[in-house]
Amino acid sequence: MTDGNATTPWVPSEADDRSVTSQITGLVLDRPTSRTWMVGLFVGLVGLNVLLVSIGWLFAFGVGVWGINIPVGWGLAIVNFVWWIGIGHAGTLISAILLLLKQDWRNSINRFAEAMTLFAVACAGLYPLLHLGRPQFFYWLIPYPATTTVWPQFRSPLMWDFFAVGTYGTVSLIFWYLGMIPDLSTMRDRASNRLVARCYGVLCLGWRNSVQHWMHYRTAYLILAGLATPLVISVHTTVSWDFSVSIVGAWHSTVFPPYFVGGAIFCGFAMVLVISIPMRRFYHLENLITVRHLDNMAKIMLAAGLTVSYGYLMDAWVAWYKNEPFDSYIYSNRFGGPYAACYWGLVFCNCLLPQLLWSPWIRRNAIALFVISLVINVGMWLERFIIISLSLHRDYLPSDWAMYIPTVWDWLLYAGTFGLFLTLMLLFVRLLPPISISEVRELIHQSKEPSE
Amino acid sequence: MSASHDDASPTLLARFASADDLRSAAQALRDNADISLEAYCPFPIEGLAETLGHGSSPMPKIIAIGGVLGGVSMYGLEYWINVYAYPLNIGGRPLHSWPSFVPPTFELTVLIASIFALLGVLYLCGLPQLHHRLFEIDEFRRASCDGFFLTLELSGADRELRPWRDRLNELGAISVWEVPDV
Repeated sequence: MTDGNATTPWVPSEADDRSVTSQITGLVLDRPTSRTWMVGLFVGLVGLNVLLVSIGWLFAFGVGVWGINIPVGWGLAIVNFVWWIGIGHAGTLISAILLLLKQDWRNSINRFAEAMTLFAVACAGLYPLLHLGRPQFFYWLIPYPATTTVWPQFRSPLMWDFFAVGTYGTVSLIFWYLGMIPDLSTMRDRASNRLVARCYGVLCLGWRNSVQHWMHYRTAYLILAGLATPLVISVHTTVSWDFSVSIVGAWHSTVFPPYFVGGAIFCGFAMVLVISIPMRRFYHLENLITVRHLDNMAKIMLAAGLTVSYGYLMDAWVAWYKNEPFDSYIYSNRFGGPYAACYWGLVFCNCLLPQLLWSPWIRRNAIALFVISLVINVGMWLERFIIISLSLHRDYLPSDWAMYIPTVWDWLLYAGTFGLFLTLMLLFVRLLPPISISEVRELIHQSKEPSE
Repeated sequence: MSASHDDASPTLLARFASADDLRSAAQALRDNADISLEAYCPFPIEGLAETLGHGSSPMPKIIAIGGVLGGVSMYGLEYWINVYAYPLNIGGRPLHSWPSFVPPTFELTVLIASIFALLGVLYLCGLPQLHHRLFEIDEFRRASCDGFFLTLELSGADRELRPWRDRLNELGAISVWEVPDV
């Protein structure tokens, strides 16, 4: 189909429409709520409460509860914003770009990857708003006719960012929901409980699977994928402009947009693996999310990791080649300054360890892949910490220099967004079909009709 | 363009064993002037929409209109705000700095086009329509799982369903139902 050395098919050869449909709908409709899920939800809800408390504390006492200072005005809030939004890239990349490239293997991972995107964007979106200092006035970013007659300034990258993230969140939601409508009708038709069937019936808006429905749906879905493709690239590009348009030494660089997008794909795929490996195990989805799927994702991750490593190398090389004392200093400070451990940690997590993915054995070993993916997510967090906070702590004027040490409220807010993410993810796998049923059915038919 | 079978004209529903059976039955019946056909299947089947004479989807046009609308109005808004409504001199740079207006223009192009895509699908499919008379037939639930269905609606003066029922059986239908009026 897509891979020359294909060993196993993307769907098992004995699978048919009925078996995959009942397997996937059964996860939601027939499977009793497991104890593991309840424990997970409890942990998620504890995290969610931590989030609420840290937001409440922030609202009561202001951004001074964080470790930010001058010159390091952008601390963990912005680091975490960029980290979460980067994770949010894989979902739409898998859904849109791999759809247009006719990569059939995406069909069993796109739905939960899209859900992951939505929830990651929700976590990311919180931070800039909280970081405003006066979050109650966040709506001043929206161009509306205010009585003050003050309007937003569109020559500022921060405005671009607001539109980029807002659009990305909305378009991801539309893409996810539109793609789920046929599956929601499957849920409606297979639910034995009348109330449950009605809930799904309302959510699927009365979808009837008619050929006309499919025709309009399919056309719209493909065009949406085409629209979402440049969008995926544009979001992290716009985020990188927040930095590179400014004149801060280590930020003012044209390599930022491609390097940010590469990093986003890198940690996004790492997060998809972190979610899919436990999910396929707990829900016995090894037949639909096969080892070959993990293998492919690991290959993409390896390629993205090499892109990112190239970015680090170029960044350092240009800083040296420019022969500009301050820029050279910024880099020597990364290698040997007070945060040198972060830099070498980043090199280990993002450049060295992923080289293990050259080995097919590692790529096909779920546990090894899970650990590597976790480490990559840590490495990508360190990358953002280095780019954002480290670049600020040494200003052009040595009298400005300061250290940035995150406080407990910085860390609690970060932990809290994990609670929000985990809660939403667990509710999603409990209530909605986590794998696209109609697309897997289509895949089965395509694999049975070689003429297709 | 929107959903057919909404009136109470006599209609038969037939289930076929496979996508191929459904396609050949649709091909055999398509040239009859006094019936209209619609098929229901658990995934899109290549070429079936053309066989049933649905033409092509106007979705591309709808989405293009949305995109142009979004892009043009965003650029216009940015121009009006930064040049007329609230001009700010920042380092002597031109008020109409078109390169900085491009990112929001692009974002709104995609945003409005996507909203048009969702609303366009719903409008063209006649959704939301939570109930439909086909849902009265219990077996029709399988359309979203493994059933391949064809509806045959008498649109002419002839109201006699029996010959059509026989014809569907001849074409390999597993079962045939009369769709109740609602």
